[in-house]
Amino acid sequence: MSDNRPLRWFLYGYLALVFTFIFAPILFSVIFSFNSDRFPTIPLGSFTLKWYQTVWNDPDVWEAARTSLTVSLSTATIATLLGFATAYTDYRYSFRLKPVYLGLVLLPPTIPLIIMALAMLAWFAKLGISGQVMSIIIAHSVLTAPFAMAIIRLRLSQMDPSLESAAWNLGASQWSALRRVIVPFCLPAIISSFCLTAAVSFDEFAISWFVSGLNKTIPVIILEIVTGNIDPQVNAIGSFVFLVSMTLVIIAQVVLMTRRKKEV
Amino acid sequence: MSEATSTTAASSAARQSSVFKLTFRLPIIIWQSLFFIGPLCFMVAMSFFIVRNYRMQEDFVMKNWLKMLGRDYFWDSYVLTWGLAGIGTVVTMLVAFPAAYTLAFKASEAVRRWAIFMLIIPFFTSYLVRIFSWYVILAESGVINAGLSYLGLGPFVMLNTKFGTVVGYMTLTLPLVIILQTFALANIDRSLVEAAFNLGCRPFRTIYRVILPMARTGLIIAAVFCFILSFGDFVSPYYLGGSKPPTLPILIVDTVKSGQQWPRAAVVAVVMMVTLFVVAFAGIMAAYRRRVG
Repeated sequence: MSDNRPLRWFLYGYLALVFTFIFAPILFSVIFSFNSDRFPTIPLGSFTLKWYQTVWNDPDVWEAARTSLTVSLSTATIATLLGFATAYTDYRYSFRLKPVYLGLVLLPPTIPLIIMALAMLAWFAKLGISGQVMSIIIAHSVLTAPFAMAIIRLRLSQMDPSLESAAWNLGASQWSALRRVIVPFCLPAIISSFCLTAAVSFDEFAISWFVSGLNKTIPVIILEIVTGNIDPQVNAIGSFVFLVSMTLVIIAQVVLMTRRKKEV
Repeated sequence: MSEATSTTAASSAARQSSVFKLTFRLPIIIWQSLFFIGPLCFMVAMSFFIVRNYRMQEDFVMKNWLKMLGRDYFWDSYVLTWGLAGIGTVVTMLVAFPAAYTLAFKASEAVRRWAIFMLIIPFFTSYLVRIFSWYVILAESGVINAGLSYLGLGPFVMLNTKFGTVVGYMTLTLPLVIILQTFALANIDRSLVEAAFNLGCRPFRTIYRVILPMARTGLIIAAVFCFILSFGDFVSPYYLGGSKPPTLPILIVDTVKSGQQWPRAAVVAVVMMVTLFVVAFAGIMAAYRRRVG
């Protein structure tokens, strides 16, 4: 390609602008959470921790945090187990209806959340299990299992297929070959899919809002505060939420990346 | 005797093997049938139910369909949702392209990997809080207008406008679209692009005649995802767009949250799903169509 200096700088400048746009809301939310004004703008008001104190002393927020934690950990466990089983099936077996099978697994993220929320709400009401923490966990697992499946499947495709057969030839049963060869090899992907599915579940609000009943999660609390009026508490809760999900996503990515480097 | 034993052993091994196989294959089938296919089918059925005395009764009547599809406000919403998601998709694709182009062709391998690492982060962080943040930034006395007032400009009304909605959509879709576009561009054969340059093809012409056609499949997939996400989002049009008139997702929220009319919400949801299915199908056809001429 032609080496055009000004063009190159222009493009890098543009890239920086786009990244600013993407990260501005996260950055401002954190800044505003320490800002004393009720309606934050520039110039900024003085530094304060009062929004954090309000949130800290709010029993509803604590209750929601507990619910959120339960939901996201349970979701991550179920989704990762389902994702692993499915990825392994896709990796090892071929069968006639496989495209249908894969479609069934991978389709949920393409359906808008608001539609899933309505469908889940009605279905759980029909089954008589609506308004429970369990209903949120089930719905989130459906939503996140495809992510887990994709991450673990990618990892499996990096594996030398002869490793598993070698274990069988040496007398390992299918189960012990799985336990001693496949699972250790997939471990980074398993950890990473656990973190990512937990992050998705921790941030999801549409389905939670519809099916949660009285068991509000953190995003549902945020949604309710925001619907009421402008309240900087949201920035304090929001900064906490960002911290949790960003940590999870970064762990997920670092685990996947460092392992890959070591093997090269 | 020994033959019989070995047959039993073989069949027990076969049985074990099929138990093993089904242990991995069945759970997701059961789970997704019960909690993914089940709810969606039930929702379609629900659109034919009837509400009497504030209670939903299972039935098969066309009433909800006739009622919703016969209303002007439904079609206003439909056109508006199409328009907003369409504008959002075009703007996002255009804004993303130079960024993806830079990452795919100009940036080093390390920079590209870091950029994608960064772009994955927002996709998994609270969309809701980011939209609230935009609300404060874009407000009439918000950060942007306060900044502009130092330059003697503004204030500009950005909230409760289509502009606000599109900013919100982009918050959701831009990182994903840049990633998908970067992959689409990085996969094309560099030597063809260089050949075009060496033969004296101008940059914009190269993009239009060489790069875009070769990256078509990936680019169309990016656009389809962008459209689906925008079309189904209720947060941006509600908080940043002012929700008047409502988009289809807002219509669903209002219908469910303000009363018992779940069947009517189901009608809206089914219309949305059919629309998105047609868009996705058309997109896939366009993406994999053989090039003519």
